[in-house]
Amino acid sequence: MSSPAPPNASPQGSFITEEALKRLKTRHAAERRFKLYGQVAIGIAVVALVTLLISIFGQASSAFSRHVLTFDTTLEAAQVDPSGTRDPGAIERNVSGFNLLLQDELAAQFLPEDADRNLQRELYGMFTRLAVLPIARETADRPETVGTRQSFSVALADDIDLYLKGGVSNRTQVKLGAITPVSGSLEDTVVVEFGRDTAGADIANAIERFRAQGAGDNEPTALIQMGQTWFRATDITDTTASLAYVAGARTMPGADTQGAALVLEQGQENRTVTDRQLAWTMLLKDQGRIKSVLNTSLFTNSDSTYPELAGTAAAIVGSLLTMMVTALLAIPVGIFAAVYLEEFAPKNRMTDLIEVNINNLAAVPSIVFGLLGAAVFINFMGLPRSVPLVGGLVLGLLVLPTVIIASRAALKSVPPSIRDAALGVGASKTQSVFHHVLPLAAPGILTGAIIGMARAIGETAPLLLIGMVAFVAEVPDSPTDESTVLPVLIYKWSTGAERAWEPQTAAAIIVLLVFLVLMNLFAIILRRRFERRW
Amino acid sequence: MLETFGHLPVAWLLFAVLAAAGFVSFFAGRTEAVLVGRGASERLNSQPNYHGYFVAMATVGPAALILVLYGLFGESIVRAELANELPQRIRDLGSLELGQYLDRIAEHAARSDASSTGNALFDAASARYTDLLGLSRIIALVLALSAAALGFFFAKRRLSTQFRARARVEDGIKIMLFLCAAIAIATTIGIVASLFFEALRFFSRVPVLSFLFGTEWNAQTGADFGAIPLFFGTFMIAALAMLVAAPIGLLSAIYLSEYASPRFRGIVKPILELLAGIPTVVYGFFALQFVAPLVRNIATWINGLPVVPDGLLAAQPTSALAAGIVMGIMIIPFVSSLSDDVINAVPQTLRDGAYAIGATKSETVKQVVMPAALPGVIAALLLAVSRAIGETMIVVMAAGQRAQITPDPTADLTTITVQIVALLTGDTEFDSAKTLSAFALGFVLFIVTLVFNLIALRVVQKYREKYE
Repeated sequence: MSSPAPPNASPQGSFITEEALKRLKTRHAAERRFKLYGQVAIGIAVVALVTLLISIFGQASSAFSRHVLTFDTTLEAAQVDPSGTRDPGAIERNVSGFNLLLQDELAAQFLPEDADRNLQRELYGMFTRLAVLPIARETADRPETVGTRQSFSVALADDIDLYLKGGVSNRTQVKLGAITPVSGSLEDTVVVEFGRDTAGADIANAIERFRAQGAGDNEPTALIQMGQTWFRATDITDTTASLAYVAGARTMPGADTQGAALVLEQGQENRTVTDRQLAWTMLLKDQGRIKSVLNTSLFTNSDSTYPELAGTAAAIVGSLLTMMVTALLAIPVGIFAAVYLEEFAPKNRMTDLIEVNINNLAAVPSIVFGLLGAAVFINFMGLPRSVPLVGGLVLGLLVLPTVIIASRAALKSVPPSIRDAALGVGASKTQSVFHHVLPLAAPGILTGAIIGMARAIGETAPLLLIGMVAFVAEVPDSPTDESTVLPVLIYKWSTGAERAWEPQTAAAIIVLLVFLVLMNLFAIILRRRFERRW
Repeated sequence: MLETFGHLPVAWLLFAVLAAAGFVSFFAGRTEAVLVGRGASERLNSQPNYHGYFVAMATVGPAALILVLYGLFGESIVRAELANELPQRIRDLGSLELGQYLDRIAEHAARSDASSTGNALFDAASARYTDLLGLSRIIALVLALSAAALGFFFAKRRLSTQFRARARVEDGIKIMLFLCAAIAIATTIGIVASLFFEALRFFSRVPVLSFLFGTEWNAQTGADFGAIPLFFGTFMIAALAMLVAAPIGLLSAIYLSEYASPRFRGIVKPILELLAGIPTVVYGFFALQFVAPLVRNIATWINGLPVVPDGLLAAQPTSALAAGIVMGIMIIPFVSSLSDDVINAVPQTLRDGAYAIGATKSETVKQVVMPAALPGVIAALLLAVSRAIGETMIVVMAAGQRAQITPDPTADLTTITVQIVALLTGDTEFDSAKTLSAFALGFVLFIVTLVFNLIALRVVQKYREKYE
């Protein structure tokens, strides 16, 4: 019956009528639409994943580098080691002494003799107090360097760093060509004349553009650099401008000095970096003393209240310790439970109950396990809060069902003939299981165990409830030390108020994702390498 | 001596002692069995090794049990004893402060180079703590050693040619396996019991009805415990998430199982499953940093449209919609992979029948495959809803803290899980209504998700049987 309907059939009997063809057309259109819906759905899901990854990697990229200032200084014994004993501990604790070294060095370059407190604070604010800690440690390790001249580098404060990475404020650069001061003084205003006709108009245009973008009463700023001196433009015409001194060399620039303007969207009252700090930064940068380096402190430092000093070291170790406890609980118990249920359990109501129970447990929200941990381990048993031991136990119970289910699937895939053969040559049930079935199921079981661990390492909510949010500045060295874990650190950093926490958080996320990818890769390799099809 | 023991890193020592006892008893048992076998006319019932295992099991088992119990409860007993000996004014402090005081003592005592703090009572207490800890360790050790010795002695006496050592060892293994399986049950019992009893304590202070039907929630101040706004927020965000996940998950499952080439399927399916492998805290960050500002901007833009009344949308920096969208993305793979399984389980004969009478592929899917797969798909959706209700980190980071009832998705709402985290993070006192309310919320959460899961699992199971 594969031949088409005869063309000359009676009108009642033919399928190929005008209406039928029309209907067919709409039906085919519906078919195409339906197929398109499916493609769009998959497209949306994939786009969501890609957006997620791009947004995180984009944020994180700036956290993997950071700007440091290099400076040369003489480690004056009186400042660095006031006690004079060259005791490494005392030197390391003397952070303020090192801070003074740094501050004196900067002040000598930028501040006038009679600088007031506010000005000092503005300059010293370019570094956080603890930024010199690595220098203090370095010196403490080599006390013999006290009194000699050394070269160091210190991390700039997060806002300055962010500015140098293009954050803080939108900005644009305008080349001005030659500029000649006409009248005025540095203390008051300097009136200059642009060599290029359109220079003033270019600045005014840039300001106008930012004003149009910005909201509210925000006033863009134009900073003008002439040689080693920075000014703020107060009044601009096409060919002249009145400038107020901001920072830098305290001499009137000569005639025909090459100048450039830096127009910023926000005025300094709406920025985290002031005009002066900005000018100082640019001057240091022109001297080649500010460099961008790989941000190794992200991996070597522990948590800190300053984003530029905060690192993931303590959290990584905390995560590893927690995973160790989790693995010690979940993997053996999970495998044994699976062996029992799959190989030994009699088919009765008790076994059914355990089965239903395990399937349910796998779907219980993770936060409920946190409540269990808080109520049983901490309140009832009196175990300490915030320690990897308790975190690991809670996560162990959490992933136990996952491990059991995966192990059962692996055991199930071993064909009964293996068991029968073992029993046939006189092995006991236990021998057949432990000598034959379990080794054959091992790759599958291990894969399941790793996937369970991968779930545990990203788990956050239950750990919040057992107090693993505590601020931990020391790398823990045993499962009963106070510690935190990577995902919790991510959560804590994401709540940080300063903008600099955002790239930092994204970078910590990438560290976590790298762990996850490694674990999953290992699972995949294991499966590919050892998987057996019966 | 008490003090020495109080400072000893005892865990590794015990482990070593147990391991040594295991080895020694194994070889003792094995040698004994060989000797017994050599003298007798008949052969040993079991291999000498099994005799060794049996003796080792009888030696290490009881001792290990005692030490595990000590590890779990030893320190709390010591602390309770110390608390009893403290002067009345300290005992009157209240459980949280007393606990912190004891924590400080334990921490001070743990430092072996601890110097005097100048507070005579504190110093005396920490010295006493060290002594008590040492004493408890000695008691546990003595108990464990005598248990081991007794076990060893009786086990060795039983060795003979007729002794079925292998059967005994295998019984022991079976018991251990059963205990492992029972841990899963114990966990459930632990969850139910801890939630139930803490919730009960909460309901003795706050009436059940005013908790379940009250519309004011101010738990941080301990004033109002009406959970309706939380239920509403939870429901709202879960519903928004399902609005995203259900169509996308289902349509992609249909496409992957009915239309896609094996190659395409092989590439896309793992990509979708990647979504399930990303930790929720990462989604939370994504929601907070990317989606929430987007939602806010769009809401502000809508507010600015000429036809829209002023301030129609709340346009908060964290919003139910942002959390809902991201949660929806997160549960897409749950919906899609479960539905995929269900759709694949529909027998090919049903499809072939539909094709044979001239149906197009989409007609087959809509009118034959989906009706057949419906129960399973509903189960998949139920599981996804349960996942959405219990999800924590996304809502903690992106949904907000304000307990309010509003149909506006751009307003910030709070959920059950957000409040549990808010109430239990930081130092918590276990007998305030504030803390206990978290357990009551947890109990509600557990029951609701349990019901969803049970129904879904039952449906899936039934459904599998139908076509197998």
